[in-house]
Amino acid sequence: MVDLSVQLGGLTLANPIMPASGTFSPDIADVIDPNRLGALVTKSTTLGFRAGNPTPRVSETADGMLNSIGLPSQGIDAFIGEVIPKYRRFTPPLVASVSADTPDEFVTICEKVSIPAVDAIEVNISCPNLEEGGRAYAMRAESTLSVMRRVRACSDKPLWAKLTPNTGEIANVARAAEEGGADALVVANTVLAMAIDTETRRPRLGNVMGGLSGPAIKPIVVGMVYQSAKAVGIPVIGCGGIMGTDDVVEYMLAGAAAVQVGTKTFLNPTAMLTIIEELEALCAAKGINSVSEFTGAVVVEPEEEGLPLFA
Amino acid sequence: MTATANSDSMAATPPAPFAAAENVCTVVSNHPVNARYNHLVLAAPPTALTARPGQFFHLLCEGVPGDPAFLRRPMSVYRLRPADGADGASGIVEFLYKVVGAGTRAMARLEPGGSFNILGPLGQGFHLDPGWRHVVIVARGVGLATLAPLADMCRRAGVGIGAILSAQSPELIMAEDVMEAVGAEVVRVTDTEGTSTVANVERLVRGRIAEGRADALFTCGSNRLLMLLQKIARQEGIPGQVALEQQMACGLGMCVCCVRQVRRGGQTLDLRVCREGPVFELEEPVSW
Repeated sequence: MVDLSVQLGGLTLANPIMPASGTFSPDIADVIDPNRLGALVTKSTTLGFRAGNPTPRVSETADGMLNSIGLPSQGIDAFIGEVIPKYRRFTPPLVASVSADTPDEFVTICEKVSIPAVDAIEVNISCPNLEEGGRAYAMRAESTLSVMRRVRACSDKPLWAKLTPNTGEIANVARAAEEGGADALVVANTVLAMAIDTETRRPRLGNVMGGLSGPAIKPIVVGMVYQSAKAVGIPVIGCGGIMGTDDVVEYMLAGAAAVQVGTKTFLNPTAMLTIIEELEALCAAKGINSVSEFTGAVVVEPEEEGLPLFA
Repeated sequence: MTATANSDSMAATPPAPFAAAENVCTVVSNHPVNARYNHLVLAAPPTALTARPGQFFHLLCEGVPGDPAFLRRPMSVYRLRPADGADGASGIVEFLYKVVGAGTRAMARLEPGGSFNILGPLGQGFHLDPGWRHVVIVARGVGLATLAPLADMCRRAGVGIGAILSAQSPELIMAEDVMEAVGAEVVRVTDTEGTSTVANVERLVRGRIAEGRADALFTCGSNRLLMLLQKIARQEGIPGQVALEQQMACGLGMCVCCVRQVRRGGQTLDLRVCREGPVFELEEPVSW
């Protein structure tokens, strides 16, 4: 009997497979049983109403998807009153993802969302901080530390910091999130990117720039998970371009305790369940008793360890 | 990598009672019907056969090196035939499509006996009011494919149909036979014959109204015709429905990519074409 369960920043998950924020909603119950997932992660809510970005909001690229949805949200009151109950029809731990324009707003929204129905808060510090000219909080260690400290002081829930790959100092940012009180890290959000239609000379997204996801970004994020996991003592959740079971194992070997699957669900809504089944079969075939044995088990020779790491 | 993305090993068929599924279908045939449109016939599993007129499937189009396709492509059902218990024939789902990009080029490469993963059925379909005796269908281009199953739905409900089919040229008129087979009175209008102008279509629609044979208006495929029908419906107080399109990622309502502005309940809302649509009340979409 293979043990697929993982310990994750104050929670125990039945298996390490969960959706990435923004790629999942209870609507998926039309196709699969969400109760089989390790956890449920909501789309990010904001404090007040947000309309979201102009269309087109999505465009495909080579092995990837470019999106700029713009965090449309009905606001925190509708989130707690209407959205959370829809998720709570299901049994896996519920992770509420929150975004905010300023550190003050993060404090308010985290206080409001710290209700019994929510098992953990994913703090989306990859979103723009208006007090820093729109730079994402998690682009720099200093702003990561200060916002996570403030959020930590206002909530007793397990806090997962969602980091951005759009930084030159992922290890420092990871350490800062841990020091600020994060119970786990989610590495990472989408990669800032752009695509242009060469015939019309217009950007392919209504918002001009967007975030790239899918297998096109996987090696970038696997590297960031490796760097982050080496830098911190808290669990790292890998997120970026997972298409199948082998990708999950790769992320875990790099240091991830669990993973989030996003873009793949748009191609195959059944994919997360298939991965859970295949992961169990793979462990059984390899004689692995607990899936968490994969975590951090990448084989790197000591002399290679000593090589300088970029960024 | 794209081959990995589209791996059929990911297509577990979920058990009932799920409303939608990744239906792995077998290609029966896939032929051009004219210079621009192809006709795909699929043998489909039971969940796919529950599709109602106006609903759509999200198609997993497999690209090839040099012509990759990544995301699924939404497409409304053209025709649907239930399984025949008597002769054991499997149910059939059909699509009419125009080859315009990497996804539809991938569809055009499908060969009989091959498999094709179609997620669905998805979205809100057309509905008929029990009080309607006659409806008018105005379709342009590939919108004809979307409205063809509505015509069949009308026939079953004993509702008379006047169909105005618009296309660039006469040979590109599609679904005329489908419409006539269900007893629709078909009028063809084309750009090359100069009959597809908004003014002429307006004259034809108002003619049906004057005859008392327009209890509801239905349209798909042209923003110009949508605006015309919205104007007529408003002036004459006639209800109707429209099937909309939008670029889409997940098809299930999760990603919130495919929104269109819609007037509903005194508000202007961004509603998801995949979930609250693709069929909306005629007066709802904010046209441009």
